[in-house]
Formats: sequence, C-alpha cells, structure tokens
Amino acid sequence: MNIVVCVKQVPDTAAQVVVENGQVTWGDAPLVINPWDEFAVEAALQLAKEHGGSVTVLTMGDESAKEAIKHALAMGCKQAVRIEGPADADTLVTAQVLAAAIQKIGDVDLVTFGRQAIDGDNGVTPAMVGRFLGWPVFSLSATIPEIADGVVTVQRATEEGRQVVEGKLPAIFSFGKDIGEPRYPSFMGIRKASRAKVPVWTLDDLGLSALLPAVSWPEVMNPPKREITTEIIEGDSPADIAEKLADKIMAEKVL
Amino acid sequence: MDFNLSEEHRMVQKMVHDFAQREVAPIIKEWDRKQDMAPFILPRMGELGILGICIPVRYGGAGMDYVSLGLACEELEAVDTTLRVVMSVHTGLCSMTLLQWGSEEQKQKFLVPLAKGEKIGCGAFTEPGAGSDFAHIRGSARREGDYYILNGEKMWISLANKADYAMVTMRTNPNAEKASRGLTSFIVDLHSPGVTRGDIHGKLGVRAGSTGWIHFQDVRVPAENRIGEEGEGFKITMSAFDNGRYTVAAGATGLIRAALEESVKYARERQAFGSPIAQHQLIQAKIARMAVDYEAARLLYLQAGWMKNAGSRNTRQTSAAKWFATDASFEAASEAVQIHGGYGFSDEYNVERYLRNSKGAVIYEGSNEIQRLIQASYALGWRTDKPLRRELPPYDPDFWQEEA
Ligand SMILES: Cc1cc2nc3c(=O)[nH]c(=O)nc-3n(C[C@H](O)[C@H](O)[C@H](O)COP(=O)(O)OP(=O)(O)OC[C@H]3O[C@@H](n4cnc5c(N)ncnc54)[C@H](O)[C@@H]3O)c2cc1C
Repeated sequence: MNIVVCVKQVPDTAAQVVVENGQVTWGDAPLVINPWDEFAVEAALQLAKEHGGSVTVLTMGDESAKEAIKHALAMGCKQAVRIEGPADADTLVTAQVLAAAIQKIGDVDLVTFGRQAIDGDNGVTPAMVGRFLGWPVFSLSATIPEIADGVVTVQRATEEGRQVVEGKLPAIFSFGKDIGEPRYPSFMGIRKASRAKVPVWTLDDLGLSALLPAVSWPEVMNPPKREITTEIIEGDSPADIAEKLADKIMAEKVL
Repeated sequence: MDFNLSEEHRMVQKMVHDFAQREVAPIIKEWDRKQDMAPFILPRMGELGILGICIPVRYGGAGMDYVSLGLACEELEAVDTTLRVVMSVHTGLCSMTLLQWGSEEQKQKFLVPLAKGEKIGCGAFTEPGAGSDFAHIRGSARREGDYYILNGEKMWISLANKADYAMVTMRTNPNAEKASRGLTSFIVDLHSPGVTRGDIHGKLGVRAGSTGWIHFQDVRVPAENRIGEEGEGFKITMSAFDNGRYTVAAGATGLIRAALEESVKYARERQAFGSPIAQHQLIQAKIARMAVDYEAARLLYLQAGWMKNAGSRNTRQTSAAKWFATDASFEAASEAVQIHGGYGFSDEYNVERYLRNSKGAVIYEGSNEIQRLIQASYALGWRTDKPLRRELPPYDPDFWQEEA
C-alpha cells in the first residue's frame, strides 16, 4: 500500500504569536511539526504496518519545513518530498499543489492529514485536496481505517457522536486525538532522519504555474486587549450581596 | 568552533522532552506525595531506548553520543529529578562503567540487557561509615576459589530496591599500603543469595524515586564478574563518577531551566503594588541570575560531553560542571520559591519540589565540598590525570551504530 502523509511546519504551541509592524511573528520560538499531523503520521504508519507498503511524507514549504519532515521520518516514514511552494499560498493553492504532488508520486492508495494546522486553523486542506483529486474524504476520522478488498470503513467523530462511514480507495483521511497518542521518534529513526536527503520539487516539476490564491491577507492585527476589572461586592449578609450582584448583572445587561 | 546542536541532537531533545512532559509531568506530584516511583517509568524509559541512549547498538543501546545523554538528562530533570537519577546510576555509574572497563564477555552478559532496559542497574559505593572518604570503605570481598565472598553494607544507593545488577566496589586487600589501592569492583546480581535491601523513607527530596540500602552477607560473586584487576576498584569508581557527575550536571541544568520558566510565568502574572512583580527590579535580579546560570551550566556540561565524544579525559571539566550546575540549581529553586511567595511554599506549585530535589545533587556523586577540593588541587598543580588502563571509548558513529 502506497501511503502519503501531508505535514506542515508550525510555530511551537508554547510560542507567543503576535503581530509586529503588520507582520506575524513568533520571535525565536522553534518551528515544529503541526501537532495534529503527528496523529496523521501515526495512522499512516499503523496502516503501512498492517497492510504492508511504505509511507511518504509530503510538505509544501520553504527550507524551514525540514523539522516537520525530519520528525515524521524519525517516527518511521520511509521517504519524504518537499515542495517549494509560492509564498502567498492560501489553502486553495496549497491543496492544488499537494494534489499535483500526490499525482506525481503516483499509485497512491491513501493520504492522511492532521485535522487542522494550529497556525491557520482552517482545517479544509484535506477536503480541498480530495476535491482536486476526485477522491472521497473521511475528515475527522476517529479510528484507524479498516480496509478489505479496496473498501474502507472508518468511524468519524462528530458532535453528535460516532458515525461509521464506508468508501473506496484511493481516499483522503484527516485525524485527531481519538486514534490514540502518536509514537515518539525512535533513536534509530532519528539517526536515519538526520541523514536523509529530502528531494525538493518546484511548481515546474508539478506542471503548475501562475497559481492564484482565492484569499489574501491585506492586514493582520493583534486581537484587542481584554480589559478586565474586578470588583468585590460587599454586603451585610449573603442575601444582601446576592441582591446587589443580581442588580449589577441586570444593569450590565449580562442577563 | 561551533555552538550549534546538530539536527540529531535537537530531535533527541524533543523526543525526551515530549516523553517527560506528556507522560510524567501530569502525574509527578501525586507520586512525589506517595513517596514512590510510578511503576511505568523504568519499563517505559527502557522501551524508548533512553536507558541505553549512549551505548553502542552492538551492546543493545540506542547508539547516540555522549552529548545526547546530557541533553536527555537536561530534559528529564526539567520535569523531575528522579528521572535523571535513573540515568545517573543505571546509565552513568553502571552501564558506562561496563562500557569502559568491562571485558567483551561482561559486556555481552550484563551491558546488553542493561542497555536494552531489560535489566536495571545501579552503583553501590557509599557505605554508612564512608562517603566522601571513599578510599576507607569497609565492605569486603574475599577470594575463595572461583568466587569472591562479599560482606558489607552500602547506603544511600539510588534504585537499590529496583535494580537487578549493581556496580559494587569492596575492599579486597585490607593490608594495602594505600587504602585506595586495596579496592576492587564487581558487577553483582542483586538477586543472589545473601543480598537484602530496602528503601529509605522520610527523604527531603527525590521522593518519587528509590533510594535505599543494600546488605551483603556472604554473597558469592563469580570471579568472572570482577571488573578490571584486583586493586583497580578506586580508579574504576572514580571513572564511574566522571560519568555519573556528567549526568548530574546536565540534569541540574534542566532544573535551573524549569525554575526559570516557572518564575518567569509567575512573575508576569502576579500583581503587587500595582504591577506584575516582574516589574520590580529585585525580582528581575533573581530571574537574571537564573537565566545566566542556565547558560553557563549548559555550556559547562556540553563541553564535558564534547570531550567525552572526543575521548579526552574530562574529570576536571565534569567536576566543575557538576559543582557549578548543582549549586546554581539549588539557588535557582530557592529563588523560584521566593518569587512564588506563599504559594511557592505549597505543593500546588512545582517549585517547592524543585527546591527539595535540588539539595540532593549538592551532596551526592561527590559533595560540592569535594568538587571544590578537586578544582583547587588542579588549579594548584597538585593533581594531574594519568592515563587510565581503560579509557571511556570516544564516540565513533560507525562503531556505535553497527549491528553486532
Ligand atoms: C539522594 C541520594 C542518592 C544517592 N545515591 C547514591 C548512589 O546511587 N550510589 C552511591 O554510592 N552513593 C549514593 N549517595 C551517597 C552520596 O554519594 C554520599 O552521601 C556523598 O558522597 C557524601 O557522603 P556521606 O553522606 O558519607 O557524607 P560525608 O562524607 O560524611 O560528608 C559529610 C559532610 O562533610 C563534608 N566533607 C567530607 N570530607 C570533607 C573534606 N575533606 N573537606 C571538606 N568537607 C568535607 C561533605 O562535603 C559533607 O558536607 C546518594 C546520596 C543521596 C542523598
């Protein structure tokens, strides 16, 4: 089975992301693999183990995306490809590029994603890639897909509960926490990853040109500062305090 | 000259960091209160390869270098000292001594299962009557045919009650001209008849770990378990400390970092006199000290690790790193408690545990008084390192990573 896992490099969850001079910055905080993508790697590795085959890591990003790739390789993926994408890519462009790369890799049975990237938080890339490829998309998969005779069965996590869905390969999956903790890289994996040479494909290699983002970011801002004031309500008795509090709540139109 | 960590080192750091933060940080307070080690810790550290991190693959290890060992210790102790203590004794005192001094047969028999984490090791040197004055230990080993008969008591031994094997040094020649020349080291199976052991309770710190005593009564140890030659025990024990101290230094560096991070967080949030306490310069002074001590401690242990990789003798640098980092970590933990005010005094926050844990490292693996004496004797020209019969092998990636 030929599996591709798409990963993205994002600022560390502990980083403070702010806007300075109109630019988003996270200071010198490290870049890491998008935490949700670790679940996608985990699912891909489990599937490869069960059904045989290998896992290819795919990412669109500049040189700095290498931490994410190396992390996935160290977890056990066999090979990786990095695509030097356009700097102003939105989700649409990203999806187009990833879909073209999946086609170029060829004979792919299954693609896994994390449920969303913690920087953009759009969560639509898997669906868009599915649309470009014309493949079914199993978003928010909550179990490792079961595969028999080209038919896939998986549980999806929805707000109402679990949904059992069935479809055909090739297909796209996105995963969250429900599949269980992703493995850590092994030391042997770390050594292999640190030596791995990752090929870089350009848009030309994918036969793509003049990709037009549908969304642009004319301006980014910090969220408005929340002003919190605390007032302690005094009174002669709990009933008295409660009454004053109730009046305040009504006056502030909280209720 | 290059101060960058390699990509491999950064991945090791992140892997151990993630393990400690995800699996141990959430449960550590509970086990510290119970004064017991969470049962999953040792098997999990073994399964992940951390216990054999710097041991060659051919001896069951993970095949990483000595700097990786230091980085792992820093990450482990940033969560809890007891995790790093495991590395100090299992890896530093026991496995690395086998790597340095053991015969090929001893490595196959003892180092392989230790490096894989199938067996747990410890280092049993200190006695009720002798710690710093190690040359005057009383425990004895008497040759009888193909065996040595061990008698005596070892005290304050980390993992005493968890270990399968112990690196033990005993007196074989009570009449040696110099007391230190009458000692011999052994690798001892702690499941042997005549071995009894137990945990010490009521400790100030490292409560989520195991520290205990081991009693040897006519314990028969096969002569092939002797490490090195008769009379080499003092040198072997001191080279064990070169490795143990390195892990202590790296770990203490992690404790400074943890104290710093908690202090920064709290100082930004806590308000006093109309501003976050971080705005008060006396608080800033404490934080500045921690930040610079962290950098200095880190450079000292990385230097020692780099020297180990290169195969250079590092007794002096390792001792300096241990002294500096452990004193600084005790100071940092104490100031972190101070910054937290009354809350720092309660186990609701981590800093009181850091303070209790940091004190031990000022005492063990050579107290900091002893480290000062070592540094002084180097500086005064009274001490020079003579080559050892067996040096710690320099890190050679090809040899380390080749399958047996
Ligand atoms: C938590 C913990 C874990 C430990 N784990 C281990 C272990 O795994 N294996 C092991 O073998 N041991 C272990 N130890 C023992 C530790 O190494 C000894 O406690 C230490 O070496 C000090 O020895 P001592 O306790 O006998 O004190 P002593 O040697 O009696 O020293 C008492 C005091 O006198 C000072 N002193 C001694 N001599 C001098 C001098 N010449 N000049 C100035 N001051 C001096 C010391 O610095 C100390 O402050 C552990 C101890 C602790 C607390």
